[in-house]
Amino acid sequence: MRTATDGLATGLAVLSTVLVVAPLVAIFVYLIYKGASSLSLAFFTQVPKPEGETGGGMANAIVGSAVLLGLASLIGVPIGISGGIFLAEFGRGTKLANAVRFTADVLNGVPSIVMGIAVYSLIVYQQKHFSAFSGGVALGIMMIPTVTRTTEEMLLMVPHAVREAALALGVPNWRSVLSITVKTASPGIITGCMLAFARVAGETAPLIFTALGNSNWSVNLNEPIAALPLQIYTYAISPYDDLHRLAWAGALVLIVLIVAAVSLVRYVTSRGVLKGAS
Amino acid sequence: MPEISNSQAPVQPEPSPPDGQQPAGAAAAEGSAIRQFLLLRGNSAIADRGFHWLMVLCALSIFGIVALIATELVVRSHLAWSQFGLGFFFKAFIDPYSKLPMYWDPVNGHFSALPFVYGTLVSSFLALLLAVPLAIGLAVFLTEMCPRMLRAPLAFVTELLAAIPSVIYGLWAVFVLVPLLREHVNPWLIKLLGWTGLFNDDNPTGLGFVSAGVILAIMILPIISSLTREVMNAVPGSQREAVLALGATRWEMIRMGVLRNARIGIVGAVILGLGRALGETMAVTMVIGNTPQIQRSLLASGSSMASVIANEYAEASGDLHLSALTEIGLALFIVTIIVNALARLLVWAVTRGAPAQVH
Repeated sequence: MRTATDGLATGLAVLSTVLVVAPLVAIFVYLIYKGASSLSLAFFTQVPKPEGETGGGMANAIVGSAVLLGLASLIGVPIGISGGIFLAEFGRGTKLANAVRFTADVLNGVPSIVMGIAVYSLIVYQQKHFSAFSGGVALGIMMIPTVTRTTEEMLLMVPHAVREAALALGVPNWRSVLSITVKTASPGIITGCMLAFARVAGETAPLIFTALGNSNWSVNLNEPIAALPLQIYTYAISPYDDLHRLAWAGALVLIVLIVAAVSLVRYVTSRGVLKGAS
Repeated sequence: MPEISNSQAPVQPEPSPPDGQQPAGAAAAEGSAIRQFLLLRGNSAIADRGFHWLMVLCALSIFGIVALIATELVVRSHLAWSQFGLGFFFKAFIDPYSKLPMYWDPVNGHFSALPFVYGTLVSSFLALLLAVPLAIGLAVFLTEMCPRMLRAPLAFVTELLAAIPSVIYGLWAVFVLVPLLREHVNPWLIKLLGWTGLFNDDNPTGLGFVSAGVILAIMILPIISSLTREVMNAVPGSQREAVLALGATRWEMIRMGVLRNARIGIVGAVILGLGRALGETMAVTMVIGNTPQIQRSLLASGSSMASVIANEYAEASGDLHLSALTEIGLALFIVTIIVNALARLLVWAVTRGAPAQVH
């Protein structure tokens, strides 16, 4: 009887694992199947055609996403890394650091659409027009907590002896942090930033009413701009088969970017690249 | 700032006994070269202190962001708050002509968030119902049963599941999941459970609470499962060995030795998953149907707090409409802050002392 229960429990655990893996496999297979058959050179080089016409691409959305993400990184990466440096190097064990860490974790769980509303009310409402700038700010703010936490974790992996060695040579603390500790952890920090980058690359909700989307070519920060996830959303809920195909192709491009980033992070953290560098 | 004094301390003893004052030979020349180098690179307490405060400032920006969101939302939702008060979240309006309850009427300026609160709660609850057993099963399998060879790839796969953007889940749900549910699962649900009144046959699109619940379950699975795994890993091995030594089978060991010790953390993980489900926007917006109504049937279409914001915010008609939507956002913000804080505290209570992990 007890062995039977044991077997049953094992079976249920295996079953749930299969049930979890199944949708992932289904999503990937379908995405590759649909996306690869819709990808073409035109997808990367042309702007969308008017509704109902076949052909066209998402060049404007790809460039738009690049502009938004560049702006977001300019905001999120320096502030996030500095916050992480504080947590790992200056504030270790202090009440302030614990509060910052806790707030960063909680902030990570705040729905991205709420971030969109806040930025809307801060920038779009005041300026009275949607803009690429506001979209970039929304994404940048979302990067900060992720970058802060991963930077901290990477810095904590740097052995203490390295720091002590630098200080013993009379190197000032700020320089020891920047060119010894941070440099040692830099592969990890860079991949952490890429992870945050990949996460906001797929964010749609905060862009709906900040960057708004644009079916024409635009790189002006003061005007609405197209973005890959936004375009996927608009196309997915449109009634045209041709646009659905473009949405699948866009989704494939997005997912390749994200899987690459996640795999890289996995590689860096598991292979102990940090140890090699130190 | 103990580090700052630390950094100064080694500088003084460096030129210590003989060559401190007496410039003599090669050793002194070398010493001064080092010192010159250090001076060139800004060896000063001011730079150190400035750097320290810059880092503190950046860390404090996290609080700044929370404060910014809170003030913007409060300011912008003030109009709706003064108009409707707390009743905004649970009162319906009675239409003077049809005598039916009305919830959301931007044209006439009637706003009540009740159907959205209902939609969010129902879809999140369905998601938890589906996701929690699977997530715990997966975590048990990965930590206690899985052959070592499979462990890393499976963990990586769940990590990937967490990294897929919600718009791609939505895309997949619209074209694969919803048709699948509509053709194969819903008729079966109606046949088997139709008598409860929870599954009615009057929504041919397949868009509705059930679809939203299923896609949400798939999306929150990885977060629940990875945290549960972390919590179970934090249970000391001696607990497992002790239970096994008493002659327990593997399942009994897991139940008594691991799950019982980790239960607070698991509750935390589930609450964190709930937080994700409450605020999830894109995938839900794409499959829930977006109609502001309350129906008993789970197969009916509805609308959630996040989805109504996503749908109407950019084209809000007038200040009151915008303000009402912002108030829904504020409610979402407050609820997710509380839920996440609670969940983090519970998980911390169990994993405190265990090494930090990158998810």
